[in-house]
Amino acid sequence: MMSHRFTDKKGRPVVVVTGMGLVTPLAWGKQDNWGALVEGRSGIKPISRFPTDGLRTTIAGTVTPENGCFSSAPELTIDMARYAAQEALSEAGLADISGFPGPLFLATPPAELEWPQRQALLDAEVAGGLTGYKRLLAAARTGQFRSFFENFQFSSVADHLCDAFQPRGLPVSVSTACASGATAIQLAAESIRRHETDIALAVGTDSSVQLEALIRFSLLSALSIRNEEPGAASRPFCKSRDGFVMAEGAAALVLETRSSAIQRGAQILGVVRGCGEMADDYHRTRSKPDGSAIIGAMRNALADADAAPDEIDYVNAHGTSTPENDKMEYLSLQTVLGKKNLEATPVSSTKSMTGHTLSAAGAIEAVLSLMMIGAATLLPTINYDDPDPEIPMDVVPNAARKAPVRTVLSNSFGFGGQNAALVIGTPD
Amino acid sequence: MAEEPKEVWITGIGLATSLGDGVREHWEAMADVAAGPALEIERFEPYCVHRLIDINFSKQIPKKSDLRQMERWQRIGVYSAGLALNDAGIAGEPSLLALTHLVVAAGSGERDTAVDSQVLDALATRADTAVLAKEILPSALRPTLFLAQLSNLLAGNISIVHNVTASSRTFMGEEMAGISAVENAVRRVAAGQAELVLVGGALNAEREDLLLGYELGCNLWANSYRPVWQRLEAGSGFIPGSAGAFLVVEAREHAEARGAKSYARLKCVVSDRARRSKPGQIRESLDGMFDKVYRGHSPGPIAVLSGASGVAQASAEELAFLDGLDERHFTPVIRAYGSRLGHTVEAHFPLGIALAALALDRGGFYPPYDEGGEVEAPFPQAGALDRVLVTGVGHWRGEGLAVMERTSDGRA
Repeated sequence: MMSHRFTDKKGRPVVVVTGMGLVTPLAWGKQDNWGALVEGRSGIKPISRFPTDGLRTTIAGTVTPENGCFSSAPELTIDMARYAAQEALSEAGLADISGFPGPLFLATPPAELEWPQRQALLDAEVAGGLTGYKRLLAAARTGQFRSFFENFQFSSVADHLCDAFQPRGLPVSVSTACASGATAIQLAAESIRRHETDIALAVGTDSSVQLEALIRFSLLSALSIRNEEPGAASRPFCKSRDGFVMAEGAAALVLETRSSAIQRGAQILGVVRGCGEMADDYHRTRSKPDGSAIIGAMRNALADADAAPDEIDYVNAHGTSTPENDKMEYLSLQTVLGKKNLEATPVSSTKSMTGHTLSAAGAIEAVLSLMMIGAATLLPTINYDDPDPEIPMDVVPNAARKAPVRTVLSNSFGFGGQNAALVIGTPD
Repeated sequence: MAEEPKEVWITGIGLATSLGDGVREHWEAMADVAAGPALEIERFEPYCVHRLIDINFSKQIPKKSDLRQMERWQRIGVYSAGLALNDAGIAGEPSLLALTHLVVAAGSGERDTAVDSQVLDALATRADTAVLAKEILPSALRPTLFLAQLSNLLAGNISIVHNVTASSRTFMGEEMAGISAVENAVRRVAAGQAELVLVGGALNAEREDLLLGYELGCNLWANSYRPVWQRLEAGSGFIPGSAGAFLVVEAREHAEARGAKSYARLKCVVSDRARRSKPGQIRESLDGMFDKVYRGHSPGPIAVLSGASGVAQASAEELAFLDGLDERHFTPVIRAYGSRLGHTVEAHFPLGIALAALALDRGGFYPPYDEGGEVEAPFPQAGALDRVLVTGVGHWRGEGLAVMERTSDGRA
């Protein structure tokens, strides 16, 4: 029968991926990223965007703008998203049409004015000897700063993408902290399953390496301070891991029904088989000690995909390189997949190379998972020099590995009790 | 094939605004136009804002340790979310809470404007942003405040305080966030992807950093108070209002099975983004959506709760759309609820839906809020109110409509 290829066991349209785009600290574009990742290269480097003397953490996975010149976080966030979306549309054979024929779901960081913008407002000529915010407001009233307005609204990134690609309807901007990228994919898949559209664009993008964000994450003691060895700082599952490394990037995926893809003659790169989530009600930055919300999110994804735990033959871990996350994720995987199964299942963290791209991570890692399926090659966990004895896993240590991959579980967890997981499968 | 969509009910409302705390107070305050809006006119001069009524947050957020972790924006949201859960009979019911999905429309939390001003004062004498920010910020910033600033931490706090855990999604994008949030909740329930959704948003308007964000685009009303429609030709702009508005949206069968009563039926929500590169595109977007959702509905009077902000282009085009409904044989009876409560941005669309649901349940409509103006006419009294159109037109981007109807099981 043909029909089962077009609908899943629950009678819903099968959601396939037909185009992908990628920007990470390692490169702009999928091909160059893949080359670097297969070689196990790190994209982490000293921060040069602003002076870092006196800061606890001075390294990050910054993305160098295409023109080489950083102007502001929203502008880079927009540029990376536009690049990734363009690459995805080209691969999907949709680059030349005017107007993307479906909705846009965008994972993007919360917008906020930064110090350079406040400084510009402060320096503007206003009457009346005002100080502080009264002065900034008076400067704003002059109407000279409308370009700030257009770049620093919460809908700004989506708005620029709408102008570039003309998707249908209202763009949806979502934030589930570090799970946002996975949530954008989930929203797109759900919309297709509701028969609202045959095709959707999911994008995750984040450029958060700015002074205040760095200080704030530092104050939470969340960041690695291995400043002398930037390339070795993100070391998931190692005994000496000491925090995550902030990074930037973007990824885009064209999702559509299998029948739409076949009708259009588009190449199918993989299937989004299932999505799962569960909110944690324990703590703002820590997960429940029993891992039940993480476990619940993974189990919900497996159930949504109708996949048995032993079908998972690779896990793309959230793997942030913080002491708590990596331990918690290991214990939860053990519960979900079973101890024996987990021993036989490779689990790697591509964040060891890209750093933690925050709002974009879930989308970037979904793209990498699909590329691993396509290339039958597992990307490694680099810097795996001193395995944490409490996390005995096959982390695909330090070197990429040839291996057929049929079904991937990709995890994303975030502050605020956000947990999301995707099950991604082969094109057939 | 897609199954028949499920009927979507509103079974709980939580409201906290400048005029009231809870559903009953709002029904009374929205009717009592003799009492003017509750404005703060001095603190942010030349801007006025609708200030939140005094609220004892600990009634919904009992733990001091939780309260300490939240800024006012989050307190307002967590408080009103608790009211909605309580109203729907879900609060304190672990089996129902575990099934409840959370959809929040959010901007971000407040900055510490005292710290910012300290940096700015120092910058006035030493032009060295990076060094100053490093000297002052690390000692002045509190990690808890950072968490309070993340958009998704309103949802995070709702999960922690009220134990809502099925899922949690935060939509951003000013007014569009509220439209997307309600639309997502309704579509998931209609399609059987969720049975129970807690959806809403919150705004703390009494913040200079928030005012700055909007005023960069010259979007605020910087004169003494006027109702929404009377600002369009007199300078344009919105008056922000503090508010929390949450709804429990539920599949009808699920509500009936647990004996929950409805306020109203949420027939559908539609949304669009006009390019707004030339005049007329907003109206075109609203016309198109209206024709889609009101095809086949009987003509005649139609109660409209308008989310108009007072920003001239957007609100004038919305008014042109509403005036044009006559040509389709619908007679709109318009109320811009922002005239009473202020413009509540992310919370504004959920707030309009809550007020519509309340009116449908009570069977009557609100009085005109356009004192001295000509837009809002008295409601022609002919039987109980049976339908309301809620509009949401973003001051910068995004348009949405919600079609709401009276249910027969009524709560009132």
